[in-house]
Amino acid sequence: MKLLTANFLACAVKGCKASASSYPLHFKDAELELQELDYQPVFLQNIMPRIDWEGLRMIANELGFPRLPDTKPEGDTLNDETTLRDLHRLLLETHVVEGKLCCGNCGHEYMIKEGIANFLLPSHLV
Amino acid sequence: MLPTPCTAHVSFDTIYEPAEDSYLFLDTLSSASESAWLTQHFASGPSPTILEVGSGSGVVLAFVVANSPTILGRADVLSLSTDLNRAACLATRETVVRAIAQQQEQQQQQQQADPESQPNPHTSSSAQNTTSIKSQHLSSLQTNLATPLRPGSIDLLLFNPPYVPTDTLPRAPAPEDFPEPSSTESRSAQFERASYLLSLTYAGGKDGMEITEHLLADLPRVLSARGVAYVLLCAQNRPREVVERIRGWGTGTGTGERWCAEIAGFSGKQAGWEKLVIVRVWRE
Repeated sequence: MKLLTANFLACAVKGCKASASSYPLHFKDAELELQELDYQPVFLQNIMPRIDWEGLRMIANELGFPRLPDTKPEGDTLNDETTLRDLHRLLLETHVVEGKLCCGNCGHEYMIKEGIANFLLPSHLV
Repeated sequence: MLPTPCTAHVSFDTIYEPAEDSYLFLDTLSSASESAWLTQHFASGPSPTILEVGSGSGVVLAFVVANSPTILGRADVLSLSTDLNRAACLATRETVVRAIAQQQEQQQQQQQADPESQPNPHTSSSAQNTTSIKSQHLSSLQTNLATPLRPGSIDLLLFNPPYVPTDTLPRAPAPEDFPEPSSTESRSAQFERASYLLSLTYAGGKDGMEITEHLLADLPRVLSARGVAYVLLCAQNRPREVVERIRGWGTGTGTGERWCAEIAGFSGKQAGWEKLVIVRVWRE
């Protein structure tokens, strides 16, 4: 799963839906893989408006990536090649192949195996 | 005609094999009228996210993503899929990634053969951008419907549900239903497990609508403001009643949201009734 996926996921437990800390889910014991892609600046510029920057910063920080800027690159900063290349690598080329996604609210851990995250819940949590 | 994605790598022991309903999806979304509607709908704004719920082999998602320049008028799409069956998640990921790669290859060959050609005349101003963009599959998630997806995160949702009316619904799957491939499972246990997983692909409970109702109820949450869903229904699901019901969503709640539903495609007209229909759902 590409790292960018985390921007679209929250805890699947019903009781967590209303809790702000059920997003972002936090990676644990994550094994990362870099799958290189041709550099596509226009694609990235089109993705940026829909990125939740706070959530991305938190995840990138937890995974030990170099610190992302405090505010989301917009306008002219989105034409800066170094910034774009870093984000391209982080969002589109970085995959999580093994590990867990953990909810900050209920603590539930979702296993990731071969890049497939398992969100099936035991019956008492559905 | 746009190419059908290859699913030769998929084992159909526990995964739904592409059939009439899957192909109706491909035909409907690539029809001139539907592609024109989608292209106009997604003409501006950030890169669209596409989610197929219960993706099975992934043939529908792969078709839309790989052919997104023609169907959506843009290649900068991000795809996601969900399925209860882990094998289906692995299959979908491969089907989508392969279809994108194949589409890119063909495009490059065409460009080499005819460097003057514009791959999509409708988007001539951005054609160069479109051709240099490779659509991206974000992730295949093992889950029920769209459960872990954040509110407002999906722009295009596709659902070919288990729509066959059945007396009861199969139980929800548990981790034990997906043992390690190395486990020493007896042949009869394997067969039983495979039959159970296949039942999840078609059994729809009362009126064949029990699963679809859950997904429909989640649409206002998971779809973005510009979000569009395509949901397949069979005649026993009473599609016309479903369409009318969706059109009534939001009325009287004071939210000012107007929900729209239209039949976008159908197949097998019998005695004036369509056997299968695909309904487009969106808000205005």
